Amino acid sequence: MIAIIDYKGGNLTSVQMALSEVGEESVITASPDEIFAADRVVFPGVGAAGAAMEEITRLNLAPVLRQYLDSGRPFLGICVGCQIILEWSLEDDRTPCLGFLPGGTGVFAPSADCKVPHMGWNQVNFVREHPVLAGIPSGSEFYFVHSYFPKPGSDHVIGETGYAGVVFPSIIGKDNLVACQFHAEKSGPVGLRLLKNFASWNGRVDANTDEVARSGGTF
Amino acid sequence: MLTRRVIVCLDVRNGQVTKGVKFQGNQDLGDPVEMGRRYYQEGVDELVFYDITASAEKRPIDINMVRSVARNVFIPFSVGGGIRHLDDMREVLLAGAEKVSLNSLAVQNPDIIRAGARAFGRQCIVLGMDAKKSDNPNFPSGYEVYINGGRKAYGLDALEWARKAESLGAGEVCVNSIDADGTKAGYEIELTRKIAEGVEIPVIASGGAGEPEHLVQVFREARADAALVASMVHFGTHSLEEIKARLIAEGIPVRAAVS
Repeated sequence: MIAIIDYKGGNLTSVQMALSEVGEESVITASPDEIFAADRVVFPGVGAAGAAMEEITRLNLAPVLRQYLDSGRPFLGICVGCQIILEWSLEDDRTPCLGFLPGGTGVFAPSADCKVPHMGWNQVNFVREHPVLAGIPSGSEFYFVHSYFPKPGSDHVIGETGYAGVVFPSIIGKDNLVACQFHAEKSGPVGLRLLKNFASWNGRVDANTDEVARSGGTF
Repeated sequence: MLTRRVIVCLDVRNGQVTKGVKFQGNQDLGDPVEMGRRYYQEGVDELVFYDITASAEKRPIDINMVRSVARNVFIPFSVGGGIRHLDDMREVLLAGAEKVSLNSLAVQNPDIIRAGARAFGRQCIVLGMDAKKSDNPNFPSGYEVYINGGRKAYGLDALEWARKAESLGAGEVCVNSIDADGTKAGYEIELTRKIAEGVEIPVIASGGAGEPEHLVQVFREARADAALVASMVHFGTHSLEEIKARLIAEGIPVRAAVS
């Protein structure tokens, strides 16, 4: 069972429907018992980092997620869920965040040619292999909607995207934690493939790419 | 590089996709969920569903249709028509839509834009604007805003309204030319460019697409961020694959069609 973390972070139904499309059952929950019982966790998010962190604090979710992560089971952050796993966000007056990865967020500077938010389909170029990317060509387009972007250390960058004069990390991760700035659940066949790969990932990043590619299947 | 979006528009009436010319003489074309799924599989970048009679009939949007679309389509889609207040917007977004399109309601009650943007984020709020050419000097842009599915002139200048909606929190504006709608003679370039140059939010060109070349024109000459198509794909005259191949050949960045 996949637990989709419910912290009023936007459209959880879309994530659940996309998982269902690739044959995965999930539960939308904020209950520590259900989170500890899950095989994997999806941590979505839409909205501002400040409001998201307030809700996480109110629900006392930070220690629950930390404990889950330490168990070695797979964890997928999406959009704002890819930003607030860092130590801080520039948004809302430098909000302190969860700190699962070192680093913070950057923000786009709007120009005549580059509107902010960055909204639409943009390419993701893979800078290292990762089991959740099995069978997806580097340079595939994914769907983005955001004004801030994750800035972890370069060791934790898996994929990158160019916009508004910057190349920003659009997939990041470490060990059993992986997170994408784009909306995998709204990114068509490549997004569904990423979710399917995540659903069969064992949480390790050491040379098991072939195994994931075999079990990932097609749809 | 951020790609230009090709959006298919599905006007829905009595549970059927329908298409007319200049907002009149509609014919039924098929089931919205099935058609949406097919366009999704063919590689469309985004879909928009307008319940075109909900407002006039004063009934809410068909939420079951929105849920069905969300179970079948894994790209962003927006929904418009029959949105009456914040609760309707919330229901549509929770059913799986990415965005809500506000048209007549926003003209008559502009504060709904501000309230919607505050509650759900700007990126969820699309201003749908129906505009028609006018020689009346009261409309400096040369275009007047219409409401109720193009049936009623509202006495508002199109550019002035788009700017006001942007300042209230609209995240995008879809500029629909009543004169060009369904004619397949090309987008109204002048109207689209005036709006695109006058606001900072993304502009979706709508009305008049009949040939892949029309999308090339509107991206190149009118600086549109996205282009809406309907008749040209609904009637099978052109495929999304063909449209995208043409844009790529012209050097306009688009997401590759699904093969």
